[in-house]
Amino acid sequence: MSAPNSDYDPVEVTPLHPDEIARVTSEALQAVTAATTLAELKQVRIDHTGDRSPLALANREIGALPPQARKEAGQRIGQARGEVAQALATRTEELEAVESAARLLAETVDVTLPTDREVVGARHPITTIQELVADVFVAMGWEVAEGPEVEAEWLNFDAMNLGPDHPARTMQDTFWVASSGAAADGPGAQDSGKVLRTHTSPVQARSMLTRTPPIYVVCPGRVYRTDEADATHMPVFHQVEGLAIDEGLSMAHLKGTLDHFARAIYGDTMTTRFRPSYFPFTEPSAEVDLLCYVCHNEPSAVASCRTCGGEGWIEWGGCGVVNPRVLVACGVDPERYSGFAFGMGLDRTVTSRYDIADLRDLWDGDVRFTEPFGVGL
Amino acid sequence: MKVPVEWLKSLVELPAEVTTAQLADRLTMYDLKLEEIIGGGVSGPLTVGRVLAISPEQQKNGKTINWCRVDVGAQNVDSVPDAPGDDVASRGIVCGAHNFAVGDLVVVALPGTYLAALDFEIGSRKTYGHVSDGMICSTTELGLPDDASSAAGILVLPAGSAAPGDDAIVLLGLGDQTLDLEVNPDRAYALSLRGVARDTALAFDLPFADPAEAVTLPTGDGGYPVRVEDPEGCPVFSTVVVTGIDPTRPTPDWLARRLTQAGMRSISLTVDISNYVMLELGQPNHCYDRAKVSGDLVVRRAEAGEQITTLDDVVRTLTPEDLVIADDSGVIGLAGVMGGASTEIGPDTTDVVVEAAHWDPTTIFRGERRHKLPSEAAKRYERGVDPALTLAGAARVAELLVELAGGRLEPGVTHVGTVRAPAPVTFAVDLPARISGVDITPELTQDVLERNGCVVERDGATFVVSPPTWRFDLNDPYDFVEEALRSAGYENVPSVLPTPTGGRGLSREQELRRRVGHVLAGAGLTEVTTLPFVGPAHLDRLGLAPTDERRRQVLLANPLSREEPGLTTTLLVGLLRAASLNVGRGHDVVQISEVGRVFLPAADEVAAPIYGVDARPTAEQLAALDAALPYQPHHVGLVLVGERERTGWDGPGRPAAWSDAVAVLRRVAQVLHVEVAARAAQVAPYHPGRCAELVLADGTVVGHAGELHPAVAAEHGLPGRVGVGEIDLDLMLAAAPPIGPKPSFSTFPVAKEDLAFVVDEAVPAESVRSALAAASDLVESVRLFDVYTGDQVPQGRRSLAFSLRLRAPDRTLTDADIKAARDAAVRAAETEFSATLR
Repeated sequence: MSAPNSDYDPVEVTPLHPDEIARVTSEALQAVTAATTLAELKQVRIDHTGDRSPLALANREIGALPPQARKEAGQRIGQARGEVAQALATRTEELEAVESAARLLAETVDVTLPTDREVVGARHPITTIQELVADVFVAMGWEVAEGPEVEAEWLNFDAMNLGPDHPARTMQDTFWVASSGAAADGPGAQDSGKVLRTHTSPVQARSMLTRTPPIYVVCPGRVYRTDEADATHMPVFHQVEGLAIDEGLSMAHLKGTLDHFARAIYGDTMTTRFRPSYFPFTEPSAEVDLLCYVCHNEPSAVASCRTCGGEGWIEWGGCGVVNPRVLVACGVDPERYSGFAFGMGLDRTVTSRYDIADLRDLWDGDVRFTEPFGVGL
Repeated sequence: MKVPVEWLKSLVELPAEVTTAQLADRLTMYDLKLEEIIGGGVSGPLTVGRVLAISPEQQKNGKTINWCRVDVGAQNVDSVPDAPGDDVASRGIVCGAHNFAVGDLVVVALPGTYLAALDFEIGSRKTYGHVSDGMICSTTELGLPDDASSAAGILVLPAGSAAPGDDAIVLLGLGDQTLDLEVNPDRAYALSLRGVARDTALAFDLPFADPAEAVTLPTGDGGYPVRVEDPEGCPVFSTVVVTGIDPTRPTPDWLARRLTQAGMRSISLTVDISNYVMLELGQPNHCYDRAKVSGDLVVRRAEAGEQITTLDDVVRTLTPEDLVIADDSGVIGLAGVMGGASTEIGPDTTDVVVEAAHWDPTTIFRGERRHKLPSEAAKRYERGVDPALTLAGAARVAELLVELAGGRLEPGVTHVGTVRAPAPVTFAVDLPARISGVDITPELTQDVLERNGCVVERDGATFVVSPPTWRFDLNDPYDFVEEALRSAGYENVPSVLPTPTGGRGLSREQELRRRVGHVLAGAGLTEVTTLPFVGPAHLDRLGLAPTDERRRQVLLANPLSREEPGLTTTLLVGLLRAASLNVGRGHDVVQISEVGRVFLPAADEVAAPIYGVDARPTAEQLAALDAALPYQPHHVGLVLVGERERTGWDGPGRPAAWSDAVAVLRRVAQVLHVEVAARAAQVAPYHPGRCAELVLADGTVVGHAGELHPAVAAEHGLPGRVGVGEIDLDLMLAAAPPIGPKPSFSTFPVAKEDLAFVVDEAVPAESVRSALAAASDLVESVRLFDVYTGDQVPQGRRSLAFSLRLRAPDRTLTDADIKAARDAAVRAAETEFSATLR
């Protein structure tokens, strides 16, 4: 025992003894750790930090101490209470996380349940391919032109340099609007001067008649021929035609445009080739073929390729330099301007890319045909 | 045009190493596109055999095969002890067919023969217990066209037509190849060996001798008397006379083979020669039996009602548009199309008048179509035959009749008319390079055109080119560009992307139509495209009244089907047809839409004028064209069958209703920023009490939506209540503002008030709603959230419950503000609709 301390009132208060405080603090901390639920923890909080808890009771004894000892005891108690409060907070957080996790786990659902109550729509591939093609040309700075489907004979034929005796003008190929009063197939049946357009070329004529060069237009649309519907023919189908009128345009610009178009649709390795051909509205005229997008005309694959029939190339459409006679009829000065035009079918672009054997599937309206396409190709 | 390669090679000396495939490729790039290579599929020891003995042997599988001994001449082996009959030099062959007998001549593929039709090389093989030393062939196996024998089995050659051991490849022409070329309408000259040979020479840079120039032209007067009364229709007419023909002479094999390969039948020597010259020179011609012609030959238009029996034994009644050849007996030939039966060459014909003329292409074209009589001659005349060739053509026929048929050329010729030379064309020497984009020098252009038969004069920077008489396609400067490019090579056109000066993107209408497409798909609708052809029966099924405007269709002169004589006036026909198809295929949920045109005739249909093409029509003329066309707006149509919301594990389904159809079309209006109001209407094919007409702010009705009339639904086999709708999209696009409404909202607190009113059942909910909305400036929005009829409200009335949102743009509302606004709303409902607040 040390010598008596004259400055110190040797009143011994047991609850404030450091050992005692350490003991009750340790008890409290053990209880906090031992609590496994928030409810248990709540009781621990009451037992160890409530008004009747040993630390609270000890705190009350501070007043009994001589003034010099109060500070030290106060600090000791404060530290102990802080330690316990911290432990409670941490444990509360832990238990809340555990209980929340358990609660969410209890809400587990079967995620394989169907989510198909909403009816889902889809767009027809013929619509989306027309938009796709239009976008390719719009990106090049072209515009999209449109025109009526019941069209003036003059625009469909004459303006396109298909003269009065051109075979295409017969009723074997062209739907004629009946002339009022004339019997179908009788004399005068074709006197209406109106046809269901056989190509989108009258839109080209309209573009030249209403715009001032330079003209760069692409014309997707529905066209008509008097073919009975079968797996490979329909009386109605879709084309895209393009027309460029500017100073100094040549076949080379046509080739460049078609190569670009082909690459945009079929990928960067695509290319085209020209073969000579004949169309009344172009001169020189060419057939344009696409490199077969299945075998790419590779020597090892081409012979057995069913897509191109071993040719290595697929017929794509017709094209050429706009016949100056067409320019004259449409009011464009052929001495100053030249142009090129091209056209291809869109239905077959869709059917060949998606292995659709029967063209009638495009027209029947079976929702199972359109649904797989969603809203884009 | 079928071009026998052997015949072509007789006119152009192609290098031996050029294969048929290379020849075809080159011609394809010269605008004579290969359709197919015919023949040439057989090689090796294909031999004529005579059947010496047959031993039928029944097999275990039930089949009977014939074990044969066949004499194949020099190809025989010394001994086949196993084979039936005497063991003489021969071959033993097993054959499954039965349509031949001992003594017949057959075609034997001996081991080593390759048959392309089977893609197989025949070998000697053991089969049915014997060594079969080859194969007896059918027409199919030989790649020959099917004939009567094809079905029966093997090909039996006519007795005496060959001897055992003969090379059957030569006999049947199987080694010869024929190019089937597609000749474009502008290259009529290539419907002859002469024309194809000229292009072949050009394509391979070879000299060319024109076979027409090799013909010796007869001269002198005193030919058969001819009167041409219609020189427009018949600019040139030539005849020569050949007598003393021996009608018993057969057509030589070489000539018959060339004809057959070119796709024509061998008939008799005189007729064959006539056809041969047409193929060779491209000059159609006709041989009249001299003995059957009475009097002068007269070229004239027919009189109405005149008749002729043509060579195909059809009696044809003529019109004054028909150009004919007549003699004293009447019409004996339909000019350029087909000859007449009365002067036809027969088995006794010894003297002939050979006619070769030039006919007006348009007259021939129309006559051929009028009589539905396409012929080889007409095909050539309508596209254009060299008018300078008539005399050479007739003379060539005569030459062959003399050489092959023993005939005698009578002195004197008839040659009426004159050949008009094509007009010269002037163009800049650099035009071909400028237009093609290929570096074509003026020298190349000149050389190519001269080889094509043109006369080219160069005057500094200009060419003056006179085309030859056989080219009808060289009229404009660009036509010569094509000729030059053909030689410079289409494959050499470089690829240069043009640089437009900048477009404006999609038009407003195009962009808006795309929005509509996305909205429809987003609303759960599957887009379909339907055919626009409909007829009265389809419109009947919609229940349209007899006076309904939609019964006035744009009719077609030549519809594909009598049931569908015109174009549709409503998309609902096609959509309901598609819905039926889907339901019929077992779909319970069919929610489809279409964006497409309908065709509505103008009140007074006028014909669209036809203008010339030498200049742009005037603005008035163009307006007249458009004025003659029917109104053909884009419509949006939709049909909703089955559940709009599917039954699921988390809730019951909801069947499509009239309101869904209205809702979809309202959404369409919404994305276009077009205000549409719904009004009750009674229109077919809708349920009379469940149809809304959709109205623009200016009162224009743009369409309808609602429930399909149950009778129409039943008629189309559609179950339950069906939602349908259709609007005129063009009207909607025209009403769409250039930019949408600006966003405008207050950030002050909202006050919410729910009000329920009892009103007469006939009062439209929308009227009450808009009255509430207009009652106070503080009303931000009004939404109907419940409709109630039942015990709680009197009969004939219903309760409409609205939730109002009140808000001021500039302040927080006070209780007094809210009360005033609420009172104003109640008052409006009470005064305007005799509503009572619940």
